Amino acid sequence: MEIQFILNKKQVTAEVGPDAVLLGVLRGLGCKSVKCGCETTNCGLCTVWIDGKSRLSCSVLAAGISGHEITTLEGVEEEAAEFGRFLADEGGEQCGFCSPGFIMNVLAMKRELADPDLDEIKEYLAGNLCRCTGYMSQLRAIQKYMAAQKEKEEKEARA
Amino acid sequence: MITIGNYVKPKTLEEAYELNQARSSRVMGGMMWMRLGNARVKTLIDLSDLGLDQIEDEGNVIKIGAMCTLRQIEQCQALKDLYGDGIAESVRHIVGVQFRNQATIGGSIYGRFGFSDVLTAFLALDTFVELYEGGTIRLSEFVRRRRDKDILLSVIVRKSKRKFRYESIRQTKTDFPVIACSVVTGIVHGQETWYFSVGARPMKAALLEKKWEIPPDASEETIAEYAKQAASEFTYGSNMRGSAGYRKHLAEVLIRREMMSILAEGR
Repeated sequence: MEIQFILNKKQVTAEVGPDAVLLGVLRGLGCKSVKCGCETTNCGLCTVWIDGKSRLSCSVLAAGISGHEITTLEGVEEEAAEFGRFLADEGGEQCGFCSPGFIMNVLAMKRELADPDLDEIKEYLAGNLCRCTGYMSQLRAIQKYMAAQKEKEEKEARA
Repeated sequence: MITIGNYVKPKTLEEAYELNQARSSRVMGGMMWMRLGNARVKTLIDLSDLGLDQIEDEGNVIKIGAMCTLRQIEQCQALKDLYGDGIAESVRHIVGVQFRNQATIGGSIYGRFGFSDVLTAFLALDTFVELYEGGTIRLSEFVRRRRDKDILLSVIVRKSKRKFRYESIRQTKTDFPVIACSVVTGIVHGQETWYFSVGARPMKAALLEKKWEIPPDASEETIAEYAKQAASEFTYGSNMRGSAGYRKHLAEVLIRREMMSILAEGR
């Protein structure tokens, strides 16, 4: 069946089977940031936004996304790179395989929670597993990034 | 592995119901659990165009459409106003935000899964389910029914002045619960009534009702006795997450904590 949806602000058309999952379709369309990890909805590697909300593309049927808006890391490259610098500074990016899904969820959190404390950050990101870092460096990176964003916004508001 | 012959998004409930009558048809919720199973589905029915994704405050009841996500329930202010953080607590441990943005209450309740936090939480409340063919029935009755080809349209929680607590134990964060317990109390027909729901036993959640009048200043020993009695009236099983004996012990502890918390609120 043919599906039409918006991928990173561009209208796309794809031919998919009834049991094709979004993850495979997105990779087929060149969005290689979307990684296949556990395929059982536990690791968060395949996180993308559907209509602005974080979802697990390994468990979304591609057939159902007609008319929806999908955003992958490729669609928020600049913002992702900015956070990526904080991640790198804290040593929070080791093998890097979990990073795209992790970054997508951090950016979703930034949009949803105004000023999250450490517990809220941990809870929001509970569905993103990382086997390298032990999470502490990632948490430091998020806190510094969120603080920098707040500072930037305050500066902009004052200007 | 699941294979799907046709994917259909019906435009009406009638159409969805008719399609679902075929033996090889299935209604999908969030596809979180179904996708992991082995099945050959000829027609997969997606209800997402039928307006079942809203939580509506209808005065005496809160009506939760079957396609509402667990995240919607977690963030629902009307449920928070009624039962505090209890409902959010029952879902916030379920994997991560991405998962809860996708998993639906309809999928959780219709599936009547043993591990279901959602079923355990709502079973202890004054909850009904609305079925396309079967009308509106109590959730406690629905839990006992065998699966059929009806379609779950909504979960209806009757507003009542009740105190609600939910607790669960997991071996690791985001895992299935080893045990999950809800305790609810309120005045029913002029009498103080306690409802206990225990899920992940590992069998599906079951409900216990007790007409107990417990003074708010009851001693810890007295509350512990009540908790012990409530926990002992459920049956438990063993699996890789825990033995029946361990589960029974945990249930007793959680029920005691929840009862103490409720009674402390009344002091």
